[in-house]
Amino acid sequence: MSGEKRTSDMVDVRYVARLARLQLTEEEIRSFEAQLAQVADYVRAIREPDVTGVEPTAHATAVRNVFREDEVRPGLDHETVMTNAPVQRDGLFLVPRIVE
Amino acid sequence: MAGDLNTLTLHEAEERLARGACSSVELVQDLLGAIRERDGLIGGYLAVNEEDALKQARAADAARARGRRGALLGLPVAIKDVLNIRGEPCTCASRILRGYVSSYDATVVARLRAAGAILLGRTNMDEFAMGSSTEHSAYQLTRNPWNPDRVPGGSSGGSAAVVAADEALAALGSDTGGSIRQPAAFCGCVGLKPTYGRVSRYGLTAFASSLDQVGPMTKDVRDAARLLKVIAGRDPMDSTSLDEPVPDYESFFAEDLSGVCLGLPQEYFVGGLDTEVEKAVQEAIRLCEKLGARIVEIRLPHTRYAIATYYIIATAEASANLARFDGVRYGYRAADPRDPMDLYTRTRAEGFGAEVKRRIIFGAYVLSSGYYDAYYACAQKVRTLIRRDFHAAFERCDAILTPVTPTAAYRIGEKTANPLQMYLGDVFTVPTNLAGICGLAVPCGFTGEGLPIGLQVLGPAMGEPQILRVGYAYERAAGWGRRKPWRSGGAGPAKEAP
Repeated sequence: MSGEKRTSDMVDVRYVARLARLQLTEEEIRSFEAQLAQVADYVRAIREPDVTGVEPTAHATAVRNVFREDEVRPGLDHETVMTNAPVQRDGLFLVPRIVE
Repeated sequence: MAGDLNTLTLHEAEERLARGACSSVELVQDLLGAIRERDGLIGGYLAVNEEDALKQARAADAARARGRRGALLGLPVAIKDVLNIRGEPCTCASRILRGYVSSYDATVVARLRAAGAILLGRTNMDEFAMGSSTEHSAYQLTRNPWNPDRVPGGSSGGSAAVVAADEALAALGSDTGGSIRQPAAFCGCVGLKPTYGRVSRYGLTAFASSLDQVGPMTKDVRDAARLLKVIAGRDPMDSTSLDEPVPDYESFFAEDLSGVCLGLPQEYFVGGLDTEVEKAVQEAIRLCEKLGARIVEIRLPHTRYAIATYYIIATAEASANLARFDGVRYGYRAADPRDPMDLYTRTRAEGFGAEVKRRIIFGAYVLSSGYYDAYYACAQKVRTLIRRDFHAAFERCDAILTPVTPTAAYRIGEKTANPLQMYLGDVFTVPTNLAGICGLAVPCGFTGEGLPIGLQVLGPAMGEPQILRVGYAYERAAGWGRRKPWRSGGAGPAKEAP
C-alpha cells in the first residue's frame, strides 16, 4: 500500500470525532487519519461482490418480535443506581448547566 | 506453594470433590498458591479476591456436606472483566470504568453461581474486547504462558492465559470476532464460541451486539461441554437468546468419528498461512479421517470479504454501544467540565484508549451521512452472502475444519503499530460471528519453538453437539492437552521475563 491515498479513502477524522463526541489531539488526528485511510482502502473490497437483490443481515438468527407479558417487575432501586454516579446531589446526577 | 490440584480439569476436580479426595477450600487454596507463584509474570488476572473465594469455597464445602449437588459445586472459575458480577468492579480493562461497581449479575454469572461455581477473579482483556493480543488493556500486559515474550492473544487473553497457566480450572470469555478461539489457540487451551443466541448476553458489556457471545475457555473439551450446559439457554433479559432446549453435550461424545462428515474450505488453506500451522492442521485432519470421519472439500467463496465486512459492522455497532460512556451516570468523568459538550468530549478523550478511539471513529464514519450506503448497508448485504456460504456448506457436511489463526502467537509489540495487520490475523474466526454459527478451538500441536497451534471446528447454528463431539474425539486421540507449559519444555515460565 502506498503512502499516497486516494481522497475517497480519507476519513475526515476531525469531523467524525465531533460526531462521536470525542476530543482528539492533533497527533491522534494525524495518526488515525493515516491508519484509517489504510483500513478504509482495505474495506472497499466489500463493493466487489454483486449484492443486487440481496437482503441485508442485521442479525444472524431469524428471531423476530419477541414479546413478553406487560407486567410491572422490580428494577434496580434508586440508591443502587446512584452508587456509580461520578457527581450527584440530592439523588440526582449533576451535569454542567445546559440552558443559560 | 501450589500442589497439583491447580492442574486439574473441572471434571477431574469434580470427581475428587465427589469422592471426598479434596475439599473446595483446598482447591481454591492451591489455585491461589499457583496465582501467587505465576501471575506476577503472566499478568492474567486484574483482580483475585482471595478472601471472598475462600468464603465461597467454605460455603460450597458446607453445602456438599449437607448433601447439595450442583454441576459446578465448589469449582472455581475465572471471569473475563467484561461480565458484570454484582458488588464487584467491572472495568472492561478501560480507564473509563475505573472504580465502577456492578449492581447486578450477568446472566451467565448468575447461572454459574446457581450451579455452585466459585468466582475466583476477573481476567485481563483488550479494552472493551477490542483487540487480538490483550495489549490494548489500560491496566497491564498479559504474557503467554508458553513464552513470556509472546502475546496470549485476545481479546480474552487473560482468561486463556490463566487457564493455560493452571491459575484457574476454567474461565469465561467473550467472542465478537474470535476473542475466545484465538487466545485459546495461542495459549493451547480449548475455547468455544457458541451459536449467536445460545448464551444470554445480559450483563455482558456490549461491543458489537449482533456478533457478541459469551463462551467457555477450558483445559479440555469435556469441560467446555459442561460449562456450556450451565450457561446456555433462553433468558428473558436478552430477547436475542434462543428458546431452544439445552442438551447434555457430553452425551454426544464418542471415541470415534464414524458417520461424521467434515468439510475443508479451500479458502482457509491459502497464502499467509504459516507452514507449521498448516502442517499441524493437516495432520489433525488426517487423524479425524483415521477416526472414521469422511472428509469433503467445500467452498466458502465470500471468505475474502469477511474481515472488511466485520470491521465495518463491528465498529459501527461499537460506536453506538460506547455512546453510553458520557461521564454522567457512571464511570470516569473529566474534571471541571465547562458545558455538556466539553464533559462528553473530554471524558471520552481521557477515558478511552487508542484502539477504542480508532474503532469509534471508524464506526461513526461508516454510519455517517454520505457513507452509510457505501459501507454499512453494503456490509450488511455481504454479511448475508457469507451466511449463505455456510448454509450451503453445511448441506454437505456436519462440521468444518480450519486453522484458528494463520500463525502461532506473535511477539509482544510486533503488531501494535499497524492496526490493519492485527485485524488481518482474525481472518479465520470473524466469518463465524458474521454467520452467527458456532466454533470450537482445540489444541492441535506445537511449532518448533514450542508455541501452541489451534484447530478450529465450525458447526451450523445450534451445532454445538457435533463440534464438541468432533473436538472430543480428536483431543482424545491426539493427546496434546497433556502437555503443560510448566512441566514439559514450554519455553516460558522457567525463565525470567525480559
